[in-house]
This record gives sequence, C-alpha cells and structure tokens, in this order.
Amino acid sequence: MVHVLVVTEVQETLPSRNTLEVLGAARSLANATQGAVSTVVLSAPVEGLASALFDGGADEVIWVEHPLLVTPEPEATVAALTQVVPQVGAHVVLLADDSAARDVAPCLAYRLQAGLVTEVTAVQAEGEAVVFRRPTYGGRCLAEMVATRFPVVGTVKLRSMEPAPERGARPGQERRISVRLDESHVRTRVVQRVAEEVRGVKLENARVVVSGGRGLKGPEPFLQLQDLAQALKGAVGATRAATDAGWVPVSWQVGQTGKTVSPELYIAVGISGAIQHLAGMGGSKTIVAINTDPDAPIFKVAHLGVVADFKTLLPPFTARVRTLTEA
Amino acid sequence: MNVVVCIKQIIDPEIPAEQFKLDPASKRQVRGGLSLVISAYDQNALEVALQLREKAGGKITALSLGEPEAQGAVKSAMGMGIDAGVLVSDPTLAGSDSFGVAHILAKAIHKIGLPDLILTGCVSGDTGNKMVGPLLAEELRIPSVAFVSRIEAKDGKIVARRIVEDGYELVETPMPVVASILSDDTNVPRYSKLKDIMAAARKTVPVWKAADLGIDPSCVGPGGRRLEVRDVGVVQRDSRCELVTGDTPAEQAERLATRLRELKVL
Repeated sequence: MVHVLVVTEVQETLPSRNTLEVLGAARSLANATQGAVSTVVLSAPVEGLASALFDGGADEVIWVEHPLLVTPEPEATVAALTQVVPQVGAHVVLLADDSAARDVAPCLAYRLQAGLVTEVTAVQAEGEAVVFRRPTYGGRCLAEMVATRFPVVGTVKLRSMEPAPERGARPGQERRISVRLDESHVRTRVVQRVAEEVRGVKLENARVVVSGGRGLKGPEPFLQLQDLAQALKGAVGATRAATDAGWVPVSWQVGQTGKTVSPELYIAVGISGAIQHLAGMGGSKTIVAINTDPDAPIFKVAHLGVVADFKTLLPPFTARVRTLTEA
Repeated sequence: MNVVVCIKQIIDPEIPAEQFKLDPASKRQVRGGLSLVISAYDQNALEVALQLREKAGGKITALSLGEPEAQGAVKSAMGMGIDAGVLVSDPTLAGSDSFGVAHILAKAIHKIGLPDLILTGCVSGDTGNKMVGPLLAEELRIPSVAFVSRIEAKDGKIVARRIVEDGYELVETPMPVVASILSDDTNVPRYSKLKDIMAAARKTVPVWKAADLGIDPSCVGPGGRRLEVRDVGVVQRDSRCELVTGDTPAEQAERLATRLRELKVL
C-alpha cells in the first residue's frame, strides 16, 4: 500500500503536462500496491482543476492556500510542503524534475529527513521497498536505487513517463490543509522574471527538433536550422557548446543541464555527441546525425547518418521536405 | 567578499564509450589510467568567484572532498588564481551520498570560517544528482539558489540569475548564501598561466580527516546512505546507424528525405 503525494503545477487553470506525467507514474505505483494517490495544489481551489487531477490519476486533491504561496518562491513552497507531507502521511513524494524542483526537492527532502532521487525514469514497488531508476554517468548508465525508509522524495525526469490513461468521471476527495508561514521563511526573492521569446513550437513539446552544435561555428547557421525546423513544424535546439558560446539563448539547450526532449524526429547538425548532450535527447524515436566527421560519437546513437557539410546539405534537404510535406 | 568554491574531481566524462568500465563491487566507475578533471560546472563556479574577486576583493578558498589525488584538483584551482585550498580526504567518508557530502562540506566550511558566498557546480559530471548545493545550504542554515549563471554583489546582497525553462529570474538574497553555478558565455573558465600552475604545484594543500571536523559518523559513508544503490548498469545503445550516401549533397538530401518518408516520420 504505497501512498504517493504528487506536487501539482498549475498552468493557466489545468495541471501542467509535467504534472500529468508525474501523476501517471504515481498512479501505476499506487495501482500495483493497492495504494492511493494524493496531490497537493499550493493555491486556493481552482474551478475545474480537481476534476482534471482526478482524471489524471489522483484519488485526493489537497488545497493549501496562503498569501506567501501566491508567487511561487521556492522557499515558501519548501516550508509549506514540509508541513503538508507528514499530515498526509505519504510514503513517496513526487515532483516534476523541472527548474523549480532543483531548488525545492533537496531542501524538502532535507527537512523531512527523507531520501531523494532526482531524474527518476522509472519507479516501482518491490515488497516493502520502492525502487527508483535514474540515469547516471551522464546517461551512460542506469542506476537502481532502493528506498526502504519513508518518506522518500523523487523528481521525475520530464518526458520519461506517460500520463495515466483517462479514467472518465471518477469521483475523488477534496480537502484543505492549512500551513503556518511567515516572512522569515522567505529569504530569497525573485525581483524580476525575464522570458526569452520563443517563436513557433516549444522545444519540450515539439514533435521534431533540429539541433545545432559546435560544428555550426557561429550563430548565423542557426537560421538554416530554423528554416528546416519551420518546414518540419518543429523547434530548434542546441548543445551546451553553442549556448555557452552565446550563439543562441541558454533556453535552447538540450542536454543534462538543459532540456530533455523525446521527439519523433531529432536532427543533430554539427553535433559531436558529447555524453551530456545525449542525456537530453537519447530517448528520441528517430535520430538523424549530420556531421562531416564520420567518427563523431553521435553516429553511434543515430539511426540515420549523413556524412556531409550541413551548409550544402540543408538547403536541398529543406526544399525536399517542403515539397513532401506540402504535397 | 570571501568565497568558498566546492569542487569535485571526477574521471573525465568525455572519454570514449569503450574506455568506460564499472567496478561490479563498488558499482562505481573504474579509474584505471584515465585522466581526472574538475567537474565542468565547478570550473564555471571557480571562474564566477575569480570575477567577483576582481570587482569586490576578498579571498577565495577551493574546497574538495575525495581521494588523495583530489589534491591535484585543488592545485589546479589555485593555478587559475584561487587563493587557498583544502582537501577533505578520509577512507571512512568514501561512499557517502549527497546528504553525507553536504554534511562533510558544511563541517569543513565551518572550520575554514563561514564566507559570504559559497559556490558549487549545479550538477556533477559523474553522478549528476543536482543536490549538493541546496543540501549544503540546509546544513549551514542559510539560503540557496540553484542553477545560477551570473552573480552580482551589491549593497550587502547578492543578485543571482537563475536559469528557468523559458528564460531567467533575478533572485535577490542576503549573504551568506549558496549558489549552484551553470555555465554561460560570461563564466567560461580562464586558462591558467604556466607560471601560476608551477607555483600552485609547489604549494601544500592541507588534508583534513573526519576526526578534524567533528563529523557525525551515522550520516556518512555507505552506512549513512538514505537509499541503497542496488545496481548500476551500462545502457546498451542500439548503434546500427544507417548511412545515407550519395555523390552530391543534393542526392544525399533527396535520399535522406525519402528514407524518412519510408520510416513514416515525414
């Protein structure tokens, strides 16, 4: 009987896609153990949200309302969840492995005196234990971590779990838990949020991703990648080498410290295939590598490879894609 | 402004796949003769510290936990211009999880003297847990900001640029604070000058043991782990790459498009 608590993130008035994936993982863990899934929303009740969460796999929705939770400061979130988790009595607390979790999950685990597993790609019960799997050594290896003391906190790697199948109009419980927070809980403050403009399709959700690396040798060739991405109705990504060089925004980075993508089609242009990059795109269904160096490690993970200079290959390829997709 | 930068020495993560080996007993990578490096983001953290010192003065100490060889990492940090270095090395501390590592580092930082700012890399190049920075802050009862690419100090406060999915946030925090550093074009690690490398090589790095630090033995080493690492296995990648050939780029482009259409991805 594993009781799982999922920390919900709300997008507009619905659970985020990341939350639905985490709920999917929680649901299968609970189903396998005749357990239950609760989810906590750090806000006042939102019309329609509870039923979306029940649909997504929750048995119970817990509303936690407080003025200090209106703007999502990680420290306020940690302080609130530290009070909520013991009241719920959850064995496993799951969050999406996104930028918020980088601050929240370790501090929460510390204060709960709980274990923590980050970048979880699979979780299952084995008798009294809960087993987590996560990539390690930059994605070269998969580690199995066994929790026998509870609670334990896990952050679920994005795009590694499926949302639970829709269950239709399934009733669930709703309740409120009150927390005591004051200004002393919030030492760090966000004073400004700056969104980098994204035109077209969002990288994380794209069905096709065209990425460029060091081999592009500058920012201008990314325009060619944008052309191709546009023809494929996809998004443009980049390696750490390209974002570190300042050629494209950091938000385009795919890899261990950037975004994890698992599109239907991933086209790697001028990318050698550093381990830390593979960690962010290794789950793509079809990988195409375009590189002048036939020995580049990217060819070891690619399904289709073209040893060619992208400058001469991409224009005819983009034109051909346009003809095929517009026909 | 005084800064402590926590650095981890790891086996070069960019070695070819065929050189990567796991020890079945410890479930850790076998070093063999492979080269050791300072984990990449820790190098960015060193660069951030050096740039802050150029503006605000103060002393920077590099702190590492590891095998005796990790003295090399501390010395190469000093070769970059870091003022002082300390290594914590003790066989009883090996096999600690991130909570144990944070406990040990916090004890060492107290011994050094609590600085204004503590930097770590945002994620290590080997185990990649992303945990030590925030856990260290919890141990020290001070705030933390994770995944920071730039730091400004002003009016006794820190403004950190935290990278998020769609851009960044400017986070204001009092000092002392822990920040975990992510790379960007402003913190590319500088090259060391030969004379500085040679000067650093001649320095001795103090090596502290568990007993020097008053470490709680129940939370370090394999026995202190909060989860058991049952298995680590190398992921087998399907490496049947089909090469698309042609006499001209146009022909390769045409064949690639055709092949993608056959695979129903176009």
